[in-house]
Amino acid sequence: MAKKVLFYLNQFFGGIGGEDKADFEPEFRAELVGPAEAIAKNFGDDLEAVGVIICGDNFFGQKEDEARAFIAQVIDEQQPDIFVAGPAFNAGRYGFACAGACQVANEAGVTCVSGMYEENPGLEHCQSFAWVAQTANAAAQMRKALPLMANLVKKLAAGEEVTPDDDKYFAQGRRECILVEERGSVRAVNMLLARLNDEEFTTELPMPSFDVVEPAAPILDLSKATIALATSGGIVPNGNPDRLQSASAQQWNKYDISSYDQLKGDFYTVHGGFDPVYCNETADRVLPLDALRDMEKAGKIGKVYDFFYATTGTGTAVANARKFGEEIGKELKEAGVDGVLLTST
Amino acid sequence: MVKEIERYGIPIVHMATITTISQSVGANRIVPTVAIPYPTGNPNLPLEDEYKLRYSLVERAVNALATAVDEPTQFEG
Repeated sequence: MAKKVLFYLNQFFGGIGGEDKADFEPEFRAELVGPAEAIAKNFGDDLEAVGVIICGDNFFGQKEDEARAFIAQVIDEQQPDIFVAGPAFNAGRYGFACAGACQVANEAGVTCVSGMYEENPGLEHCQSFAWVAQTANAAAQMRKALPLMANLVKKLAAGEEVTPDDDKYFAQGRRECILVEERGSVRAVNMLLARLNDEEFTTELPMPSFDVVEPAAPILDLSKATIALATSGGIVPNGNPDRLQSASAQQWNKYDISSYDQLKGDFYTVHGGFDPVYCNETADRVLPLDALRDMEKAGKIGKVYDFFYATTGTGTAVANARKFGEEIGKELKEAGVDGVLLTST
Repeated sequence: MVKEIERYGIPIVHMATITTISQSVGANRIVPTVAIPYPTGNPNLPLEDEYKLRYSLVERAVNALATAVDEPTQFEG
């Protein structure tokens, strides 16, 4: 019996409309459209496309419970074996919706396939259980994305082995027990020997890769340097006038400290990830304005920059932290700041 | 955040207690601090000693800004 495949698309790729239709209420259609149709063209007799769910990205974002309930209901009715969402490329809302839809399918025991760009914020929400094909960042590369997704659907349906390298999907971070010929100690020694002999070797446990930023050149004359303070410790004026979130920060704030010699008494923390008692007695315990001000008075540094920058570093998405850093760095650069001390709790 | 700010060519010191995280994400200048709830303080010390501790940490961080590094480097006391 053929395995059943159910698709999920947003309003745009589902042919409903653009941004003006982003509130489109989810619908199930037996007739395929767009990327769903294109992927299904590759199917043989062992796969049957049962239809497509089309849902507006804003609808999913704003009425997620309703959208999820609808998807769950369609899955219950159609009983698919495989759920295919996207590709979403680097579209954030669509990526979140695809990830959310996949979560519903996954909970129902359905195998999930999607396609995203590596920086799509939805990726981290489904990477661990879905097979997410690695796509470019824009839909202009649709032609390349669709065969990757079709390949995953076909292989998974047939129970064939897939690997991130061969099948171009994001590694799920799972370890699986497999049988190999040589035991671990032999493989380890062989790997070491290869390494010592400058031969090619492949690690069995790749470490996550982080991009590297070249260290900035040092400050040549501290006595003329403007130094800024920044923190992920959630330091704000008492009362939190800008409503900085206590976790999963969506923003950063800056505060004028040009007339302050210390933070004690006027600032506190809204960070939800550590015991705030000590910081709230003396916020300089987290952001040391008092000591830096004394260095300024002693002429050891030129000046404390007039503003400090703060966000909350607990549960905050890496993508957000990156964005905050970009925005803060731009301001500091334009203000001619020479160096920064950033404290983390 | 540290990395994105440094990308503008501004030297930056990460003052953090869990330096392994700081190191693994790629901060280039790191000053290890006291504890998560009070990186630049220690409520168990008399105020004067606590301030001396804080000043020494800040001084070390400022000096790190004036020190050339070519890879992630911890500035220990």
